[in-house]
Amino acid sequence: MLALIYILIGIFIASVIWQLTNVFNLKKPIADESDNDQQGKLMFAFMIGFYILMIYCLWEYNRVLLPEAASVEGLKYDSLYLITMILILIVQAIMQFLLFYFAYKYRGVKGTKALFYADSHKLETIWTVTPTVVLAGLIIYGLSVWIDITDVSDLEDPLVIELYGKQFSWEARYAGEDNSLGRANVRFIKGINTMGVDMTDLNAADDITVRELHLQKGRPVVFKFRSQDVLHSAFMPHFRAQMNCVPGMVTQFAYTPNKTTEEMRKNEKIIAKVANINKIRSEKGEDPYEFDYLLLCNKICGASHYNMQMKIIVEEEADFKKWMADQKTITQLINK
Amino acid sequence: MSDHHHKETFVTKYIFSQDHKMISKQYLITGIFMGVVGVFMSMLFRLQLAWPEHSFSLIEAFLGNHQDGGVMSPDIYLALVTIHGTIMVFFVLTAGLSGTFSNLLIPLQIGARDMASGFLNMISYWLFFLSSLVMLVSLFVEAGPASAGWTVYPPLSALPQAIPGSGAGMTLWLVSMAIFIASSLLGALNYIVTVLNLRTVGMKMTRLPLTIWTFFVTAIIGVVSFPVLLAAALLLIFDRSFGTSFYLSDIFIDGGVLHYQGGSPILFEHLFWFLGHPEVYIVILPAMGIVSEVLAVNSRKPVFGYRAMIGSIIAIAFLSTIVWGHHMFITGMNPFLGSVFTFTTLLIAIPSAVKTFNWITTLWKGNLRMNTAMLFSIGFVSTFISGGLTGLVMGDSALDINIHDTYFIVAHFHLVMGVSAIYGMLAGIYHWFPKMFGRMMNKTLGYWHFWITAIAAYGVFFPMHFVGLAGLPRRYYTNTSFPYFNDLADINIVITIFALVGGAAQIIFLSNFFFSIYKGKKAVQNPWKANTLEWTTPVEHIHGNWPGEIPTVHRWPYDYSKPGQEEDWVAQNIPLKDGEEDF
Repeated sequence: MLALIYILIGIFIASVIWQLTNVFNLKKPIADESDNDQQGKLMFAFMIGFYILMIYCLWEYNRVLLPEAASVEGLKYDSLYLITMILILIVQAIMQFLLFYFAYKYRGVKGTKALFYADSHKLETIWTVTPTVVLAGLIIYGLSVWIDITDVSDLEDPLVIELYGKQFSWEARYAGEDNSLGRANVRFIKGINTMGVDMTDLNAADDITVRELHLQKGRPVVFKFRSQDVLHSAFMPHFRAQMNCVPGMVTQFAYTPNKTTEEMRKNEKIIAKVANINKIRSEKGEDPYEFDYLLLCNKICGASHYNMQMKIIVEEEADFKKWMADQKTITQLINK
Repeated sequence: MSDHHHKETFVTKYIFSQDHKMISKQYLITGIFMGVVGVFMSMLFRLQLAWPEHSFSLIEAFLGNHQDGGVMSPDIYLALVTIHGTIMVFFVLTAGLSGTFSNLLIPLQIGARDMASGFLNMISYWLFFLSSLVMLVSLFVEAGPASAGWTVYPPLSALPQAIPGSGAGMTLWLVSMAIFIASSLLGALNYIVTVLNLRTVGMKMTRLPLTIWTFFVTAIIGVVSFPVLLAAALLLIFDRSFGTSFYLSDIFIDGGVLHYQGGSPILFEHLFWFLGHPEVYIVILPAMGIVSEVLAVNSRKPVFGYRAMIGSIIAIAFLSTIVWGHHMFITGMNPFLGSVFTFTTLLIAIPSAVKTFNWITTLWKGNLRMNTAMLFSIGFVSTFISGGLTGLVMGDSALDINIHDTYFIVAHFHLVMGVSAIYGMLAGIYHWFPKMFGRMMNKTLGYWHFWITAIAAYGVFFPMHFVGLAGLPRRYYTNTSFPYFNDLADINIVITIFALVGGAAQIIFLSNFFFSIYKGKKAVQNPWKANTLEWTTPVEHIHGNWPGEIPTVHRWPYDYSKPGQEEDWVAQNIPLKDGEEDF
């Protein structure tokens, strides 16, 4: 019933709008000189407004952007990103100016006639070749970064970790002392063995399963991703890392963390961001927040997709080793 | 064509009409209705994103048992974004845009009495109507409509255990899409055949208006790619209903292992995006055609670089079929394949840039008439630039890693294909309204509609890039569960306010549109002084379009402000003067 009332209100407003303009508007339905003049000027005004919006957003919303990457590969990502963004902003600024300026400058005035200008091979060559050259540069640079990030064969002594997504939580498995993960399949899921590790595989004996991810600063990590049910995506924005978890297959992604959680907490941008967040939280009477790296799900996976997260802690070698020593292997857990 | 005198009843004239002009209106009205539903859904979930946990009587009124005290459930949130996407992409911007204007303009602008097959054309519309109906019915299924995202990736879309919307709601979604694809194929085949065979004397392919070129090429892309989606949907139906394992493997859900083994969701993604990416060009190309035409008519200048425009349309169409993998850089696809798709994807920027430069040059030294359609066309070029440029980020596999599936991509595609295509469609409606209904739309309301919409569109989608760059994933019911994203709350409120204003502004358009059909000022035969053939037909529609002979074409469609002519336009059916050169 309430829905019907809303619909009727909408129709009522529509008819009022129509009646109002019919009373006040006796002008012709086709744009005349004064319309051209007025609308052309509005185009110019809109351009200025648009520039203000862009500058405001770039300035003001800079505070919410991600801080400098927390991984070696991420820094390469950031350079490529910066160059691409600068290029985009320059082209955007020029093109929008030309468009709206022409819309303003050439608004139809009495007595003028448009220029019959249908073709120019010179101009068309210029604007086919210029983007081609610029894009060639971007493609080459982009692909070199892509190959760099996706090639895991050159990593020295990487830490092998399996990330396992399921509705709606994450689990992780360290490869243990042999640094080699045991086979796994959802068909082996039983009781405490929630990740379906095949305990008959010798490599599995020393595997360590955890619910909080610890990484060692400076040591490359090769993640192997699996999913228990539907597609998930392991997204670690601070490390510029993301890979889908696909049921039925194992995917991988690697990076080398280069800032501990403590170091990142001292990053200027993070300090300002956390201060702002805590201001907002205290107004609402919520507990203060302290920065932590995040792993979140970035592929729609069901009702609680928005709350599928895991904490990531990056620490120095000594702390990492200490933490690792405290963890029980899967064999110990099962035989307990 | 002597049979255009036969008697017509109400049913054959308004319902089961085989006249392309009536079918075009049917497409438009259905498309507008679906558009209202789709846009309204976005208003509802924008309320949720700006003020999560806040109670709204609007949500209470429309979401029935999917809300609790005016707060929507996470399941219906996902359903709303899913159906919003489906409706806007397929029902509004494919059928509503292409269906309306291809039907209206192909016979009129090429000089044909009607489509090659009026009967197939009628069937095409009624299949579209049926599929719209099924989609709307799916909204009322008890467990809710499909809610696995508009891309309906399995396993989520295949397993009702994973999300309630994957039950009957998803079945209806698939049925609706299958019917939709049949409709779209019948339409597209008709457009292709008509353009190839029924052009009037003198209407060479190189004298076709750019609108027809885009409709023609769009139809070809549709014929090439839509069947693949049908195959993908059929296999999904098999997996869902008959226990096959095309897309499913090794799944443990609800405390037990399912029998599926050997399938791969990646296969579905390949099949889906083999349509899905060309689909965005199916959406945007007709809008580009409309904009090219409207810019030329209202600048009183030829479209700059006509042949380059045709070349770009064909290049875009070709490239669009070999770039689908850029939606899958981080799905576990081989990184080398990713490199190939990066290369082909970024190549598309070249013809797109050529088109954009050509539009801007069309304005240069023009004599611009600021009709409403012109405003929307300029708006189109602006949003196409803003949205297109950020494509360089997504299209680059390396950069895609960190912005994939965040709000950055939402902002990107809404600008480049959502808002742009809607602008193109609105430009088309304002421009050809006199041709469709014999009356003019109100100019003042059109201006208000444009300016509020233009401000709102940038107000929504420009700040949205920053939400994505902050790392917030799309399709999150709320971001309050991450303290890290608490500082995005105020941006979300700004976005929602602009969205509500922009949504409400469409009431101005609806009011203008529907009242003008009955009360608008009577149109003259050629109100915009345009060159193309549709303006040589009488204002009152007749079956067969021209009362006498079909006009013969003597020149290209863009002889605006040609030196040596008295007027600043020369219709295509005017013979060349002695010594006058054709373009």
